[in-house]
Amino acid sequence: MPGLGARLGRGGATTTLASLADSDCIVIMGSNMAENHPVGFRFVVKARQRGARVIHVDPRFSRTSALADLHVPIRPGSDLVFLGALVNYVLNSERWNQDSFFREYVLHYTNASVIVSPEFRDTEELAGVFSGYDPEQRRYDPTSWRYAGEARPLEGERWPCRPRIEPERDPTLQHPNCAFQVVKRHFARYTPELVEAVCGVPRELFREVAETILANSGRDRTTAFCYAVAWTQHTIGTQIISCCALLQLLLGNIGRPGGGILALRGHATIQGSTDIPTLFDLLPGYLKMPRAVPEHATLADYFATERPATGLWYDMPKFMISLLKAWYGDAATPENDYGYAFLPKIGGDYSFQSILTMMKDGVIKGLFVMGMNPAVGGQNARLARQALANLDWLVVRDVHEIETASFWYDAPEVRNGEVRPQDIKTEVFFLPAAIAAEKDGTFTNTHRLVQWHDKAVEPPGDARSEAHFVYHLGRRLKELYAEDESPAGQQIRALTWDYPTVGPHGEPDLMAVAREISGYRFADGRPVAGFHELADDGSTACGCWIYAGMVTPEGEHLAKRRRGDDRASLDWGFAWPANRRILYNRASADPQGRPWSERKKWIWWDPEQGRWVGYDVPDFPATKPPDYSPPPDARGLAAHPGTAPFVMMLDGLGWLFVPVGLLDGPLPTHYEPWETPVENLLYPAQPRSPVAPVFVRPDNPYHEIGDPRYPCVITTYRLTEHHTAGGMSRWVPWLAELQPAGFVEISPELARELGIANGDWVVVETARGSAEARALVTERVQPLTVAGRTVHVIGMPWHFGFGGLATGGIANELATLVEDPNSLIHEAKSFTCRIRKGRLREGERE
Amino acid sequence: MGIVQRLRHHIGLVPNPVSRATRQAHARIRGADVSVSVCPYCAVGCSQLVYTKDGRIVDIEGNYESPINGGTLCPKGAATWQLVHSPLRELRVKYRAPYSDRWEERPLEWAMERIAQLVKETRDATFVHRDERGLVVNRTLGIAHLGGATLDNEENYLIKKLFTGGLGIVAVENQARI
Repeated sequence: MPGLGARLGRGGATTTLASLADSDCIVIMGSNMAENHPVGFRFVVKARQRGARVIHVDPRFSRTSALADLHVPIRPGSDLVFLGALVNYVLNSERWNQDSFFREYVLHYTNASVIVSPEFRDTEELAGVFSGYDPEQRRYDPTSWRYAGEARPLEGERWPCRPRIEPERDPTLQHPNCAFQVVKRHFARYTPELVEAVCGVPRELFREVAETILANSGRDRTTAFCYAVAWTQHTIGTQIISCCALLQLLLGNIGRPGGGILALRGHATIQGSTDIPTLFDLLPGYLKMPRAVPEHATLADYFATERPATGLWYDMPKFMISLLKAWYGDAATPENDYGYAFLPKIGGDYSFQSILTMMKDGVIKGLFVMGMNPAVGGQNARLARQALANLDWLVVRDVHEIETASFWYDAPEVRNGEVRPQDIKTEVFFLPAAIAAEKDGTFTNTHRLVQWHDKAVEPPGDARSEAHFVYHLGRRLKELYAEDESPAGQQIRALTWDYPTVGPHGEPDLMAVAREISGYRFADGRPVAGFHELADDGSTACGCWIYAGMVTPEGEHLAKRRRGDDRASLDWGFAWPANRRILYNRASADPQGRPWSERKKWIWWDPEQGRWVGYDVPDFPATKPPDYSPPPDARGLAAHPGTAPFVMMLDGLGWLFVPVGLLDGPLPTHYEPWETPVENLLYPAQPRSPVAPVFVRPDNPYHEIGDPRYPCVITTYRLTEHHTAGGMSRWVPWLAELQPAGFVEISPELARELGIANGDWVVVETARGSAEARALVTERVQPLTVAGRTVHVIGMPWHFGFGGLATGGIANELATLVEDPNSLIHEAKSFTCRIRKGRLREGERE
Repeated sequence: MGIVQRLRHHIGLVPNPVSRATRQAHARIRGADVSVSVCPYCAVGCSQLVYTKDGRIVDIEGNYESPINGGTLCPKGAATWQLVHSPLRELRVKYRAPYSDRWEERPLEWAMERIAQLVKETRDATFVHRDERGLVVNRTLGIAHLGGATLDNEENYLIKKLFTGGLGIVAVENQARI
């Protein structure tokens, strides 16, 4: 999410699945799309039938590879070298330097010409770290990454904001410190030879990929990238994704049909649960959760720190105050900062992995789990279960009795007698949950499309929706605190919670919740038509500004629309923001507003109508002409010229160089995974991410680099027939029959070395734990030659656990707690292990 | 001469070789009500048609009108009917007392009330109004929430609003991080 957000402005897929059919080349990397998003993959097949080239870069040969023109086996954890080498190859290629399209796109739509502060030092100069690094704190001070130039405070604002930045530019792109030259120097050592040494990809194969992408990018052709969590789940995952964004900007592929970056997400509304975040560091609509720092002490302090002078985020007070009005209603007044003090302030990392350790350490005493299965899905799963066993109380809501509910009597450590239920204090509640077909509501799919699902029947037995559970829990708590004058009491009493209930079980009316999310005028309740109608004076309320206007003033919910067509399907559901399907689509036209080519036209400027027209909703002020030049004191979107497609960014430009917003550097840099069999060939002095958050504690041991006890690289993945940690699939007989048990994929070479035959039991071990499974000996995984020696890669699906019908060793038993500094996501796609023939417990049948 | 050859050589009316049972057979969705849903598994967002009879879901199929899936579903999506009717699906509230070795069945209302009481107890014991620097933080670290990516947007909204906005619970997380 921050990988795309930092360079392009929004943490969402820039394109749609259907737009892939318009691609001339599709690179699938960090994803096994054919198996994990099979229906979405039909658009890749469609593109290929129309003549597109499909490339799959992945450690394993899967059905995605089988349907691609080219499969490129790569060592897990080396993706950034591959992408960085593509950047370097492109910048030095004849095509890129001779076709005027690339220069025009990059010059007008990216920050290539901006001069970077003379204080800035690259990793190439400092042996693997950027300027501003504090080795004690393992943190960067990003001051030296800023643009050179002036910062001017704004006058006459109702709410404060950050100073306006006036960067210096060099449109010739020759200045040694312009972003373009900085990028060029940074990637100069990312060569095909380096790719061969680090990734294990032969240089000729790499060249073929690079040439294919180059040939299929330009005025008349577009290349798309698809990725999934195999890019995300690394200590440098954000930078891998951001490197792809950088490459796609250089190639002119963002904002255009058949181009872009498609983030393939794995849960029905994982995008929606980030937009309306059940995440600790965000408020709805990507507003930052306020922190317990003086800079966020009051609402004015918060805006002075977070609100930029230029770009769409200039309107932040409208979004934030409308949110406060939605939550605190009449208790949100101008006098009390619209209830800003009621919002809790965060003081640390409370992300998923920290929650596990906070539970184990006794800080967290009560836990709700709704549709998640950390006893199996949590990294270092044994630690996760120890954490559950240390709670005072635990509420699990699910369809099946998942391992997170049954750990106290059914976990491996209980079965083998190490732990007894009588020793576990946790008070456990299992509450049966409803399924989508049994409730009204919306999911947001992988390309930001919000779709409503109808309630077909009432949920059976005691099964209820989460809306029902949360609404009635809140109602009870409001009663319990009805007379409480303490700050804790005032907080819950201030919350608006008066949804009408419907149906035999007293379900909250989901349309009422939807109207609050979409926004309304506070005085009369009339829905707003879009976020442009939101105000910063308390006269509007809106639960999530990027979803504003989803319920129209006429009362229609746009996510219920079901009229599709062969192009953008603008009348099927609602895509945030404002029903825009391809983001940054101003870039589908040239700086003068004309389509780059007839074949790739999407939106364009119509001088007669004086507005942007085309097949999509313009992701741009509809009537701002291409030749608009902002006056010197302009602010907000008015400060962007008519050529600036990236409306969320300060300067309206895609960022090749990221002066603010990333914690591990302004440019993507290759570091080895936290556990790796090889040294970092680029930066021997800095093998691993210098700022990755680590959990150094006895119950979370790490392997040393090149640890001879753990020589193999392991990567985890999903199967078509199962879903995440299995709660919705391992208990379902049809799916369990199709994919009945866990397994480990190993190459014939490794199998020969270890005397393992196909179907033998094997045990995979790390310093955290062990998992057993049958060996699947297959040429789909290949040993790779990395830094001159053989590295074996093994693959293990992570769905399995001890409950349900389809059982198997828990892959997360092996994984470790370690994070990407930006996304706080763990590293399950590349760590080290050993594998041996045999069973976990001696005496069991081999 | 076998039946196939006889039929092949027959000229004129062929007695219809269809049994009464076959004639009376029909699709199980005939006469069913249909509502539109979205597949609950991955994030492609395939549209589903949910067929119901007498308050019971009899079939779930891909929606042929959807520009995303055009009537198709993958193996998981095609198993949604069985997810609903899963023989192992839990339909009753189960309760495990501290240090107990067994589940007990409890009424839903009892569990809801007990959970509300526990939330209040834990929250009151761990709520922090001002931190050590004197900044107003109005938060509790004593309670956490996990999950959301398989729920509805409206449910995520209610969770975030109540837990964070109303109760000061800050450790609220979902699968976006794993």
